[in-house]
Amino acid sequence: MTVVRISDDALALACGADSVAHAFAAAGCEVQRVSSWGMHWLEPLVEIDGLGFGPVIPDDVAGILDGSSGKAIGQIADHPFIAGQQRLTFARAGLTRPLSLDDYAATGGWAGLTRARAMAPADVVDEVIASGLRGRGGAGFPAGIKWRTVASAPGTRKYIVCNADEGDSGTFADRMLMEGDPFQLIEGMAIAAHAVGAQAGYIYVRSEYPHAIAKLNLALGFAQDVIAPLRIEVRVGAGAYVCGEETSLLNSIEGKRGEVRAKPPLPALEGLFGLPTVVNNVLTLAAVPHIMIEGGASLYDSLGIDRSKGTMPIQLAGNIRYGGLYETAFGITLHQLIHDIGGGTASGRPVKAAQVGGPLGAYIPPARFDLPFDYEAYAGADALIGHGGITVFDDSADMGAMARFAMEFCAVESCGKCTPCRIGSTRGVELIDRIRSGAAADPVAGLPQMHNAPKQPRSRDEDIALLEDLCDTMKFGSLCALGGFTPYPVLSALKHWPEDFAT
Amino acid sequence: MAAAKPDLSQILVAHAGREGPLLPILHDVQTAFGCVSAQAEAQIAHALNLSRAEVHGVVSFYHDFTAAPDPRPLVQLCRAEACQARGVEAMVGAAQAAAGDRVNLTAVYCLGLCSQGPAARIGDTLHARLDEAALIALVERA
Repeated sequence: MTVVRISDDALALACGADSVAHAFAAAGCEVQRVSSWGMHWLEPLVEIDGLGFGPVIPDDVAGILDGSSGKAIGQIADHPFIAGQQRLTFARAGLTRPLSLDDYAATGGWAGLTRARAMAPADVVDEVIASGLRGRGGAGFPAGIKWRTVASAPGTRKYIVCNADEGDSGTFADRMLMEGDPFQLIEGMAIAAHAVGAQAGYIYVRSEYPHAIAKLNLALGFAQDVIAPLRIEVRVGAGAYVCGEETSLLNSIEGKRGEVRAKPPLPALEGLFGLPTVVNNVLTLAAVPHIMIEGGASLYDSLGIDRSKGTMPIQLAGNIRYGGLYETAFGITLHQLIHDIGGGTASGRPVKAAQVGGPLGAYIPPARFDLPFDYEAYAGADALIGHGGITVFDDSADMGAMARFAMEFCAVESCGKCTPCRIGSTRGVELIDRIRSGAAADPVAGLPQMHNAPKQPRSRDEDIALLEDLCDTMKFGSLCALGGFTPYPVLSALKHWPEDFAT
Repeated sequence: MAAAKPDLSQILVAHAGREGPLLPILHDVQTAFGCVSAQAEAQIAHALNLSRAEVHGVVSFYHDFTAAPDPRPLVQLCRAEACQARGVEAMVGAAQAAAGDRVNLTAVYCLGLCSQGPAARIGDTLHARLDEAALIALVERA
């Protein structure tokens, strides 16, 4: 019987994978539901004996089976989009059935955990430090150092918390990993628990990811005996973007408002329920099983550039022709990613900007597309890598409107704990509106009791200076990255596309 | 067959003894009743030994919990940056017109389908690569 492999990733489902799977089953084929290769423009992608077809609709089934289909793309593994990648975290993408323990074990699963458990916890921590793995959530803090802090913290009750609140637009690698290879995340958490001496773990997933939640719950049931005595539970978010911030996430698990906590104390010392807690992103924890296999740490350390080691699952999103997941070593440039790999815009129009790192990342103009993918290089260019999402915009984008949206989003999603974020974001929206509309002076500023307000209406240049000043206050005065990084998209848009702020 | 009448006290019993049970309880209550009413807040507060203000503070913080049920079908349209880059904003007006008062059309900030937007969610069913006609058809069928 012909074996047909079709992804059951949420993106494939959203593009109609189920109806294609039913059509193949009705034609007498054995359908296997596997993880997604990450070539999203080809979903639903159908694989028969290594050969790919996509994007497939049910009417294509007969043609694919009799060999007359025009949607053949040849050997999937040889496709330039796949062949050019260096997949470690996503090594199983497209190859295994997400919830099959047999598939997982047959592809090297649990080897890292077995080896780690045979080692002293401190040696596990040392290997993770030696690998150079940095937190993939955005801050890029060395994962091993965080683990060492938790391991050496006093106390017998400790927690592992996986941050799976992937709220940034333009990012979907966490979702793909949880849906496509959930055991790898569970194994990474089990290794972390062994390394720091934790007894319980939580995976905090946003409610916008129902498929990931369902798969994780099933996977945890299947893997229960393997990871015992560690207990892991999925906790579902409730639509608050700020809960992707680690302290706000901890409050949310505790059943509180998702308000940010001031640091210190660090969560590593006083985290969940006040106890030492490792909070790592999905991709960070999922990279650990590979690092813990024999020679894994030195391989990881040998990849990448400078202090950015290993591979990054980069997400090509927005107005891009060949969008999807591209895992590669650090150092690749935006030009390579957007033009050579991504094929430019989906609309066929010229690229105007790329936002790297989600809604809090800077807008980068094509003139800076030579920037290598590297934490420090981006920081030096007033930008951030964040979670590795790249959202491409064509020349129809209004960057002034995008800057306003960034402030507006911050105003809506601010947890309200600190003033620069709570008030600054709203004042930012008003200022951008005034700059863009050339509106008359703020009537409140003219009131007699406003002693400190200038008596003359502010000029446009003064408004822009005020916006820059406000961004400065938000950047350095906010408690967390929501208020602290919202200035990145705003100021980068203002700097590179001032014409979009003209009246 | 009509579903069994939801029972708040059973939900509370099911979560007894959990660490940090409030959010899981609120999710179950929202699913069962379509909202977290003031009355439910009081009952939850009593069961967890919290003040009503504490529970209300949590309920009102999160977008997923609502004070009153909305019987209309819900269509969540992603309007975050990646879907904006793929032109979702130009479709919003037509979608709202199609929704009228019959459908609850709300914005969601990211469904994780960012390479193939615009995207929408109805229940647990996702839709990607929407153009205006497909979006209107979705809203009308909801």
